[in-house]
Amino acid sequence: MLDHELINRTLSTAMNTGGDFAEVFVEDKRSSSAMFDDGRVEELTSGRDRGAGIRVIVGDTTGFAHTADLTEAGLRSAAEAAAAAARGGGGGAKTVAVSPIDVARGVPARIPPEDVAKATKVGLLTLANEAARSEGVAISQVSARYGDSRRRILVANSDGLLAEDDQIRTLFSVSCVATGDTGLQTGRESTGRTVGFELFEETDVEDMGRRAAQRAITKLAARPAPSGAIPVVVGPGGGGVLFHEACGHGLEADLIAKGASVFANRIGDEVASPLVTLIDDGTMAGEWGHFAIDDEGRPAAHNVLIQDGVLTDYMWDQLRARKEGRPSSGNGRRQSYQHLPMVRMTNTYITAGSDDPADIIAATDYGVYVAQLGGGQVNTATGDFVFGMTEAYLIENGEITEPIREGNLIGNGPEVLTRIDMLGDDFKMGSPGTCGKDGQGVPVGDGTPTLRVTSLTVGGTAA
Amino acid sequence: MAELLDIATRVVAWANDGEHIEAYVVHERETEARAYDGKVEAFTSAESQGIGVRVIVGGKQGFAYAGTLDDDALHETLREARDNATFAEPDEFNGVAEPDGVAAVELELYAPGLASFSTDEKVELAIELERATLAADRRISGIESAEYIDSVYESAVATSTGIAVLERETGCYLSTYALAEADGEIQTGFGFSIGRDPRTLDPGAAASDAAERATRLLGASKPASERLTVVLDPWVTAQLLGIVGHTLTGDAVLKGRSMFAERMGDTVAHSSITLVDDPTNPAAFTATTIDGEGLATRRTPLIDNGVLTGFLHNSYSGRRAAAMSTGSAVRSGFKSAPGVGAQALALVPGDRSQAELIADIDNGFLVQGVAGLHSGVNPVSGDFSTGAEGLRIRKGALAEPIREVTIASTVQRLLQDIIAIGDDLEWLPMSAAGVSMVVGDVTMSGA
Repeated sequence: MLDHELINRTLSTAMNTGGDFAEVFVEDKRSSSAMFDDGRVEELTSGRDRGAGIRVIVGDTTGFAHTADLTEAGLRSAAEAAAAAARGGGGGAKTVAVSPIDVARGVPARIPPEDVAKATKVGLLTLANEAARSEGVAISQVSARYGDSRRRILVANSDGLLAEDDQIRTLFSVSCVATGDTGLQTGRESTGRTVGFELFEETDVEDMGRRAAQRAITKLAARPAPSGAIPVVVGPGGGGVLFHEACGHGLEADLIAKGASVFANRIGDEVASPLVTLIDDGTMAGEWGHFAIDDEGRPAAHNVLIQDGVLTDYMWDQLRARKEGRPSSGNGRRQSYQHLPMVRMTNTYITAGSDDPADIIAATDYGVYVAQLGGGQVNTATGDFVFGMTEAYLIENGEITEPIREGNLIGNGPEVLTRIDMLGDDFKMGSPGTCGKDGQGVPVGDGTPTLRVTSLTVGGTAA
Repeated sequence: MAELLDIATRVVAWANDGEHIEAYVVHERETEARAYDGKVEAFTSAESQGIGVRVIVGGKQGFAYAGTLDDDALHETLREARDNATFAEPDEFNGVAEPDGVAAVELELYAPGLASFSTDEKVELAIELERATLAADRRISGIESAEYIDSVYESAVATSTGIAVLERETGCYLSTYALAEADGEIQTGFGFSIGRDPRTLDPGAAASDAAERATRLLGASKPASERLTVVLDPWVTAQLLGIVGHTLTGDAVLKGRSMFAERMGDTVAHSSITLVDDPTNPAAFTATTIDGEGLATRRTPLIDNGVLTGFLHNSYSGRRAAAMSTGSAVRSGFKSAPGVGAQALALVPGDRSQAELIADIDNGFLVQGVAGLHSGVNPVSGDFSTGAEGLRIRKGALAEPIREVTIASTVQRLLQDIIAIGDDLEWLPMSAAGVSMVVGDVTMSGA
């Protein structure tokens, strides 16, 4: 993406005032999307963003500047700005020579999005709409969205690292509104993978449309959700958000370092039920949170965070890892070249257990079965977290009975982790997500088998 | 920066016969200083720019954007937007805004003083904020972040219908997250100070707010579930108003995604509720003189003494509803076409203080913070469920802190169940003002 000599000169400029570390992150991202709404293809959007972010670290201070000007002059002025921002002490010049590192590339996209005609992409939207509307006259509105992106990145730093990646992602979603005597209800279905247009060889958009429609129609008959602490069974693929919030964020080393996590100083402790093994894995080819290198040039890795209930490690970016004198775990990510990297999750999942999912439901006298979760939020310092249920049912006498309306569930991470008493053998990855932290969004994946929490507070209105 | 408007009008001048073009061009300069341990943890100096181009031809709309403003990028963006339009389906109401004769108000959104505020002064302010937060209360054990942010944001809109406007604004922000500790338990709280000139920022107030929010929850427990009267703090009310505002947009109404679509003229809220969107109000931090399509912003009454009287429109939803645009086109940057949304919502305040409102409540819950509004509130169905924390109200007085509960209702019911509005209106760093609000018969779920 950039000439190596130019990179060397830019890094040398960045180190000119005596920095301990300098880094150039170059990004060239093309995105396109098509939106269907209200009975027609509403709009197509496409765009391009490219630029470089330059970071200089002096002692405990990071200086950062970014530019959309990738000429030598543009890069030099960003490098000088970053060096000045880090307020280097003028410790003498240092020349930098970078060399490429060998990184196992992910499986390349077979059908890059730019090779697919816009008309073909648009055609998928129409199919999804027709399939959704065919589910019944109750379906009063359908929107569908296709999106793809190709993000090429280059990372080089004053340690001599030089690495590149080419990340292609494709996303499709359908949202329906159903209208009935009880008002309006919504249903959504989405899929996203780090692949090209071949996504649609394995994904049936008509099926997605039908499922989104059924979800909305089912909810028209939903009762108010219960209120209070009761057993909660989360279906396969759905529970990832729960772990992402209940402990994932709390295991990020930047929050640990500031004492802003309930999991600080807990390595080696039993923090969860012995059934729980939690892994964060950026190497899972094709998954939404997959990449070959992170946004600091480190290869993606398979990191075990909790093994059989025992906390084994946190997630690390370069900044925190350097301070601790250990390698980064490949979790340094950023939204774009305009942002500083920080510790982020990739694909976070709980490994499968041995229970038959049917037995988990049968073993529950009264509770809630959550088939699809919405987003969530956590206060890592207290461990209190919420997550939304967008498709859920009552469990009565060991059977799934009536649908219930949407709402949040609330719990405390360290408490909930110890209350997982059944884990299914039906592991599945969940829907693609965008994780937000400090105003930056990055794509993340998650997965779980069916699992049961003995007690969680369901935020409904029914007694 | 006159060049922005030049770029926008130049792109628009490339329109072919029968084609309408809108160009939105932005330039932003931002600095951010984060303090930690009495030092600068990170200092960011950033300059960014971009253009978003909308093309409408034969009723079909296409959009494209670029994060650079060189000539090649401008041409490529227009070409892409044109190409994208050919694949969309026509809608007779598509189009750019037409000048409507409404004059833009004059607002002082640009503080020239920011330019002379040095890097050292910014860093000093961030460090002072951290110091003040740590010193605000002996139970403050640390901070998660303390930062100073400023930006100079310039945007230009030009259309082939003759609109050519430029707006320039400054914004400065201090924000701090405090950690409080007692008996091995940690709680957090935030504080902020916002303004257009950095010299008006108040690190002491931000610090004491953060310390107050963090310490007041120490020792909080999880209560049993019950139905009770809640008092929403101004910060919480403002977030609720944001959701209500969304349901009153022309887009949601016309596309069947609003529970208020067929309710114009009906009583949809308690009679104490009068809701207005007014981005021309200089007290609002989101005040703006022009909307995302280049039309003058204006005051739009939405609910009058409980009766639904208006919806918000951009030019598309206005045409389609056979109404006028209310100057409510909103943009989330240059990377997407304008939508429609509230810009500065506020309730008309009541005449009693929060303390006076609380004095009337025998059994209640002062909700000081909410979590998960994005996951627990469905703006289409109105289902409302959110994580909450705050203080119990017993016999007219504030009592013990509670946490890890939810409060739930529906948006429709919440509006009807409002009992009173406080006199403590304050503008917050979001597109709504906060005010204390008392709501009866809300379900609190706990242990």
